[in-house]
Parts: sequence; structure tokens; C-alpha cells
Amino acid sequence: MTITENQAPAHEIGRARRRKEDARLITGRSRYTDSITLPGMLHLAMVRSPFAHATIRSISTEAAKAAPGVVSVVTGADIADIQGVNINAWPITTDQVTPTHLPVAIEHVAFAGEIVAVVVARSEAEARDAVELVDVDYDELPVVLDAREALKDEVLAHPDLGTNKSAFWQLDSAAQGSGGDVDEAIEKARTDGILIEREYRQQRLVPGFMEPRSVVVDPTGDQLTVWSATQVPHILRFAIAATMGIPESKLRVIAPDVGGGFGGKLQTTPEEFATIALARRLGKPCKFTETRSEAFVTGHHGRDQYQKLTMAATTDGMITGFKVELIADLGAYVAIVGGGVPVLGAWMFNGIYKIPAYQFNCTTVLTNKPWVDAYRGAGRPEAAFGIERMMDELAGEVGADPLEIREKNWIKHEEFPFTTVSGMTYDSGNYEAATARAKELFDYDGLRREQAERRERNDPVQLGIGVSTFTEMCGLAPSRILGSLNYGAGGWEHASVRMLATGTVEVVTGISPHGQGHVTGFSQIVADRLGVPFEDVEILHGDTAIAPKGMDTYGSRSLVVGGEAVVRAADKVIEKAKVIAAHLLEASADDIEFSGGRFGVKGTDKGLGIAEIAAATFTGHNLPDGIEPSLDADATFDPVNFSFPHGTHLCAMEVDTETGAATMRKYACVDDVGVIINPLLVEGQVHGGLVQGIAQALWEGAVYDENGTLVTGSFVDYTLPSAADTISFITDTTVSPSTTNSLGTKGVGEAGTIASTPAVVNAIVDALRPMGIHDIEMPCTPERVWRAIQGASSRSVDETQRDAAPHFEADQPNQDPSATTGGAK
Amino acid sequence: MIPASFDYLAPTSLTDALAALAELAEHGDDAKVLAGGQSLLPILRMRLNAPGVVIDLGKIPELQGISADGDTIVIGAMTPYAAVLASEAVSTHAALLSKAVATVADPQIRHRGTVGGALVHADPAGDVGAPVLALDAELVIAEQAGTTRTVAAADFFEDLFTTAVGEDELLTQIRIPKHTGWGAHYEKFVRVSHQWSIVAVAATVRAEGGSIAEARVGLTNMGSTPLRANAVEQALVGQPATEEAVRAACAQAADGTNPPSDLNGGADYRKHLATVLTRRAVLAAAGA
Repeated sequence: MTITENQAPAHEIGRARRRKEDARLITGRSRYTDSITLPGMLHLAMVRSPFAHATIRSISTEAAKAAPGVVSVVTGADIADIQGVNINAWPITTDQVTPTHLPVAIEHVAFAGEIVAVVVARSEAEARDAVELVDVDYDELPVVLDAREALKDEVLAHPDLGTNKSAFWQLDSAAQGSGGDVDEAIEKARTDGILIEREYRQQRLVPGFMEPRSVVVDPTGDQLTVWSATQVPHILRFAIAATMGIPESKLRVIAPDVGGGFGGKLQTTPEEFATIALARRLGKPCKFTETRSEAFVTGHHGRDQYQKLTMAATTDGMITGFKVELIADLGAYVAIVGGGVPVLGAWMFNGIYKIPAYQFNCTTVLTNKPWVDAYRGAGRPEAAFGIERMMDELAGEVGADPLEIREKNWIKHEEFPFTTVSGMTYDSGNYEAATARAKELFDYDGLRREQAERRERNDPVQLGIGVSTFTEMCGLAPSRILGSLNYGAGGWEHASVRMLATGTVEVVTGISPHGQGHVTGFSQIVADRLGVPFEDVEILHGDTAIAPKGMDTYGSRSLVVGGEAVVRAADKVIEKAKVIAAHLLEASADDIEFSGGRFGVKGTDKGLGIAEIAAATFTGHNLPDGIEPSLDADATFDPVNFSFPHGTHLCAMEVDTETGAATMRKYACVDDVGVIINPLLVEGQVHGGLVQGIAQALWEGAVYDENGTLVTGSFVDYTLPSAADTISFITDTTVSPSTTNSLGTKGVGEAGTIASTPAVVNAIVDALRPMGIHDIEMPCTPERVWRAIQGASSRSVDETQRDAAPHFEADQPNQDPSATTGGAK
Repeated sequence: MIPASFDYLAPTSLTDALAALAELAEHGDDAKVLAGGQSLLPILRMRLNAPGVVIDLGKIPELQGISADGDTIVIGAMTPYAAVLASEAVSTHAALLSKAVATVADPQIRHRGTVGGALVHADPAGDVGAPVLALDAELVIAEQAGTTRTVAAADFFEDLFTTAVGEDELLTQIRIPKHTGWGAHYEKFVRVSHQWSIVAVAATVRAEGGSIAEARVGLTNMGSTPLRANAVEQALVGQPATEEAVRAACAQAADGTNPPSDLNGGADYRKHLATVLTRRAVLAAAGA
């Protein structure tokens, strides 16, 4: 018996490995859904409503049917019995008003872009040509576009529902026993403390994933294979089975290479259902790929909230109560997690602070705009923005440094685990350490000095410093909690680890990466766990025939939940291998130690490598009695708690008071995402996340005209930034391991996005606060900043005022939808 | 993003191109000239326009290139931005155009898009109109084979997306009088780098002993065409190149302009921006 030295490095975890995925992706060897071409494949093009609200009188398809290459033209009525229905998986209340969302509308359209007919042709060009020949006769209906207007129920987005209000959801700390009565705290602050009332606008955002969505459906006999540019192949498979009468066992859903998602591909779409319906009806493979213009008007959007926030505090800045009243625009239909996204804010609006009394109220509203659902952060960026903006406002009212005010109120590191006023138990964190490091990297004191000097000399370019000490809840999600929230599925994740005969390893995971680098990170985890070389680990995912169980990728869950499942499966492999090793080494299993890929006998130099055990198991020539010839193992992990990454982000903005242009001067952040598997991947996630959050603060916003037509319908008007618009960020990390998974990881996919938006806006407001300006609506365009300055200079400001700062004034930004200038509605 | 179908012609000489245009005009066919296509292709792909024929000028060598003709720099209409940017003749004798072209969109677009294409497209937010106007360029238009006329830049821009170039005519050359030794600056105001100008100011200045001897100022996106800030130019003559003097002279930069109101700013804001940006452009051009 020979003993081989295992060559694997002892510690893959923590190495800045370059991504395994990239060589293929950047040399054009990728395979996106639109790259898939099947023999005899037909192409779909959608006829879409140009009106935001209308009834369909009639649809004439004759001319289109006669056009060259056209195979079929169908209306919603033509496929009524086979088209399925778009599902809402999280009705937030039992009496939630949920309009039926047909993939192809039949009588009524509720937003501009809704599908009213489908053309199938032999080529995409022929299909698109024929779309123009479909004649639809509409009766236009009045539109309701603004969520606050919608609540008046004067114009109904769906007249048959009788109301635009979808649901009301509340968390009250007094009622649930996790804190005091918020209204009492507010009344007390009104008389002898500080009361800050603000209303913030979370503008509507368009997820700008690089690959437009695409779906290919291949009906093979009674089986159906669906390729889709999706983040959620498993959820899609479930939704198809549940609504289209196709047995789940006959369905295979594949997410091949997927070019970004940011939540925008966490959806089951009308286009997917329509393509499946047509492929089944025609018995031919069918493809639909959206254009970028279609992605803008029909993909789900993000954010779109009004936030009315009331903070009560003592005069020295201790928070005594916080009340949140949200109005969340769901768009025309309740998307798969639509109503649930703003509700996720319930546990996050209290941030990292010890707040004695708290209440969260969320009203979800239907309008005649595209549906709203998860977008990078999903409910948590909105919450972090609200609390972190308010902390700066509190500092402004107290006249204290915003970091001091935060420190006064935040949870101290020795107080973890800490159960917050909303009822979440934060397992670990160290806000002091992250903040101290961030201040140092940022040169906080130096920049504060420069700010004072610029103010002193009345420099036309003022400097502002913005703070964001955010936290988020990641690792979605404990199934029991989801169950208590009426969510339609669990939050577990599944993995299989297969030891191949030659000693290499296949890992099957139920997550569905679409750009994150999971293949690299998971390979590092398995390499360490099994003591095999990084290169010998393959990660298989994104195909329900290969990875039959999974809950997919979103909510920074892949590593925290999916990674833990992989670890547990690998540990089972080790346990199985140990028994066989003991047999082969003629030792007791109790005497076998596993380390660095080698099973050794305690106190001897005898041992076997895991590859040798794999080979012996494959041959099965000499196994213990009653032991199956397999080392493979599965694990399904259901977390018991979320994880809570946090960080301190500091942003300096230069505000040109002559033009209103706000330019980033410096950005430093220190994130605590727990144990880091691969620092390069973390760095990438932080950088990309930062830009996405900064873009909400400065550049992005979906704007509709009064008819409900998207004005920012292309990248000409929807100003997505490029690398040329950003600066080099200073990033670092602290590590407070999570206690909710054995790796100690917390998740990093959304951190930068959640943290950066309030840091940027706080910085701009900080630059202008001496002028009496306490808010700029997002995106903080030069024109908005300039107009705020113009308004401020024409207004006399008593800077000594504390308890009577302007609250809900009609001429202030965000206060009145009719007073906004060119703002997103 | 598939355009409606069209016929495609790619003539290899100016004569052939003009003949094709004339023939199409005679038959009443709707033709579009492809001169780089950075605006035309999105329009076709989004089906905002569906011409019957597209005539690609990209294979006509005589429309490309930069040369000097005595006191004039001659730029072929189909010369890509990138070639203008790389040209020492342009950066030496018409620095203002170099500076403006450097701000156009992104490198990919600058390699495909052409100066002549942009001028004839005449988007008021485009970046080549104002410098061409400020530099008192002349535009050579081929009317038919062998017949050309020359139009001053001041007469070239007629309205939004409308120039002196007729339906069956082609712009062939941009002729720019040498402004050797003039300082130049293009002050472009955008929210993101690849955006069309919200407002931009093209300024070129001849300084003599610390004073401004001559100044030329063109405005981008302050009306339906590029505009000259004539009053500012006159007010600057003889002024010292100081912040104070230039500020006073530039106060009237927005006089007589009629800027649009859109998502990036109201007309009043653009007028305000024009005065600030003009001051900055002139000071930078004067090396102050």
C-alpha cells in the first residue's frame, strides 16, 4: 500500500484566486441563452401596448399572419387555456389585493409595454416586421402613475379591483414586545427633545443587466426543456409546473451563462410563459430575446418608495423612537416577491442602532407602471438610506459630528449577540473597528479641516462629507421565518459532492451564479475541506437536470446558505471515506484522522489520500461489509438566522455651487462581511456594488411622462455610469465571523450598493447644510442641486433653530410630488 | 433591435454616390446617407425611421483625410473623429476642434463616427457644430458630379437636424482657416461622460501680452442650432485675461439663445450654465 503526498495547498480560503470562469467568458466561449440555436427553431416577437392603461377592443392579426415567414400570430384569448399566469410568491397579507397577471393580456392592459399578441416566425427579423402589421384597437383609460396619487383611489390602475391599495403591513415594537411605544416617544420628544420629520423619495430604478433576457423552449415529446437568462431556474421550474399544468418531472430548466441580474432576473416573466405556450402549441423549439428597449419597459424595476420618517431623540442625540411610514409603488402587478421587497425593510430601518421604540408601516400600491421587484439590495438599500440619512439629520440638529452621533447610538461590539427593536438578533459585528479603520483610510479629520477652510473662504466649490454605517440582513433565509411571513417557499439550499474515480471532485449546487464568481469561491472551499487541488474541483449549477434541488441566487445567500450546504456535503464525504480508510488501513475508524486530504492512523505514519479512497470505492474490490460503494453525499442546509454584514462608508463630494455639479472626491469603505473566502471576489463585489449605489444617488432614475410612457427608455436618457464616471475607491475589511454558518461568512453581493447611496447624498447635503439645505432628491442632478442653492439663497435661515427645522414644507424637495422638478414619478 | 428591411448601396466614388442619390430622388425613394452611423443605426434599429435605401459613404476614399491648403485645414467629411483627434495639423491650427472632438462620447464611437456625418445630422447637442462655427469654417457641398458650392458655417446650420445640404447633395469637406497660436478650450457639461452635451461652450482666443486680442465663442445645445456668442466675443476684445474681466464679458453669453428644457435641465438653468461655462472656457483658452 502506497502513501501519496497530497499536493493541495493547505489554505485556499483567503487566497485572491483569479476567477476560473473568466478565461472562457472573456474569450467568447460563453453560451448565453440567445446563443442557443436549435434545428427548426422559430422566433417570437411581442406586440406590446403603447398605452399605459386601456381596454382592448379588438385585435386584427390577418395582415401579420399573411406576412413572409410568419407561422402563427396569437392573442391572449387564443392561448387563454395554456398560457399560465404570473405568480406572486409572497402575499404580504392574507387580504392583499393581487391583480391577475396574464402573460398575454386579454381584455385590459395596465402598463405601457404589456404583451397583447405574439408573432411567431421563421426568423427574428420576420417576426419583428410582422409585429407592425398587427392592428390593435384600444380604448384608452385614465392613468394613475404616482403612488401617493394612487392612494386617493380617484383613478384606478385596475378598475375591476375597486382600489389601488394592495396591502398594509405593520411591525410595531410595543405590540410584538421588542420595544416601547413609538408614538409616546414622539410626543415626549415634541415637548422636551428633538423631533425630526423627513420625507425621502426612493426613485424608480431600471436594473441595467448587460445581457437582455432571453428564453428558448424545446418541446421534446411530453418533455420540455427551457433555457432562460434567469437567476432562478429552480423557482421558474416550480412556477411553470404550478401554473401551466406541466408535471415538474417533465420539465428541465437551464440557466446557461447569464450576463448579470442584480435582482432583475429574479422573476418569472410573461415572455417565458408565452414562449412555453407557443412552443407547446406549435410543437417546435421557440426563442424569444428581448431588445434593450423592451428590457427598459417590461423588465421589473426597483425601489420606487415614498418614505415618511419620524425620529425622536433627546437633545443630546440619543434616539428614543423611530417611526417609518412607507408607500411602495408595486407597479401594475404584484411581482413574484413584489410586496415583500419593501417589507424586508421592517427589520433594517433600525440599522445598527439601539432604538427603544420603533414602528414600521408599509402600504403597497398599484399604479399603471411596470412591476417593481428585487433590485440589488431589495428593501434593504431603501431602509439603510432612510436611517443613515436620518442619522446625519440628527447630527445636524444636535450640532454634533455625524460619527459621534452614530457611536452614541450604535450597538457596542461587546453587546453582541444583540436583539434589535425590530426583533432580529445580530450575531456579530464590530462597528467601532470598521469605523476607526475607515476614518484613518479616509483622512476624516484632514477632510473636515479642508471643509471648514472652504466654508471660511466661501469657496465656490464646497466640500461635503457623508457617512453611512450600514448593516443588512443576508443569507436568505431561515425557512421558518419565511413561513411566518407567508412566503411561498423555503430558504434552504442544497449541495452534492461527488468523488470521482480519478480523485477529482464534482460539486453540485442549487445556487445559480450569473457573474458573481461562485465557481471560483466554492472551489476554494471544497479544495480546503477535502484537501484536493483547487483545479480538481468542478462546480455544476444552473440546470435542474444536473442540480435538481435549489433555491437559486439572490439576497447575498449563495455563499452563506449555499456554501454551507457544500461544506456539510463535503463533511459527509469525509465521514464515509473514513470508514473505508479504516478498513483499508486495518485500523479502527476512531483512530483515523483526516487532514490535508489524507486519512492517517493516529500515532503511525500510515495513511491514504482521499484520491486513493475514491479509487478504492470506485472499484469496490475491498470494502467493509455493508458499506455501499460510494463516497458521494448530499446536504440541504436551512439556516437558523440571517447574517448581518456591516460597514463604515465615508464619502467626500465636491459641490460646485455655480453649476450644481457634485463630483466625488474620495470614497473609503471598510466592510465586515465575515470570513473572506476570496478577497479578489469581495473587492469586485464591493467596487461594483458601490458604483450601483452611487448611481442611484447621482445618475439613475426612471422618469415617466403624464401618459405613463417611460421617458428614460434608453441609455441615452437613463444615465447609467461607466468606468469613466467613477473614481478609485479605497476599500478594506474587518472580520467578525458570522456565527450562523460554519465558514463564518456573511455575504457581500449587496453591501456596496446598500451602503453607498446614503453616503453620497449625506455628503452633498453636508456640503450645503450651512445654506439651510437638508435634502436633495435623488438622483442629485446638477440642476436639482443648483435649484436648491438658488432657493436657499432667497430664503433667510436661522441656523440656531433646533427643534423647529422645516418639516414637510411644500417648497422643499421631496415634500410634494407636484413641486418636484423633472423628478421620477 | 432589428431595423425594417432596406436596400444597401456602398458606392466607391463621390460621382457614383451623387448619381445614386439623384436617381433615388427621381424615383421618390426615401434614402438615408450612412456616414459612420452612430446616430443613424440606433434610429433604424429602434425603427424610428425606415428608409428604403441606405447609402454608405464609408467606401469612398476621396471623402477621407486631413490636409493643409495654404492657410486652411481641409478635413474630408468622412474622416472619423479619432483621425481628427490624432491629427497634428488640427491640434496645431484648429485646436478648438481637437478639444471638442476629444469629448465626443467614447473611443468606440470616435472611431466609427465622422465629423461630416455629425455636422449634417446637426443634432444641436452634438460637439462639432459649435467649434466649426466658432472657427469660421467653410463647408463644401457637392451638388452633383463636378459641381460644388461652399457655405459659411454661419449659413450651414438651418434648424434642428437641418442644414444647407439638400436631399440629393453631400457634404464633402470642412475647410477651417488656420488659427495657429490661438488658445482653445471646449467646456462640456454632462452628468455622465458618454452623454450628449447638456450645454457646452467652444472658445478660442488669441492673446497678446496678457490681453485678449480676438475671441471666438460657440455654444452647443443652446438653441436649435449651434450658436455664436457674438456679444461675448466683442466684449472680450482688449480685456485682460483675468477672472473679473472675463466674468463681466461673459455675463451676456446666453443673450439671444433659446435652449431646450428636458430631463437634464430647464431652459433657465441652461442659460445660467452658459454664462458660467463660457467664462470657464474663455479663461482656459486664454491660459488664465
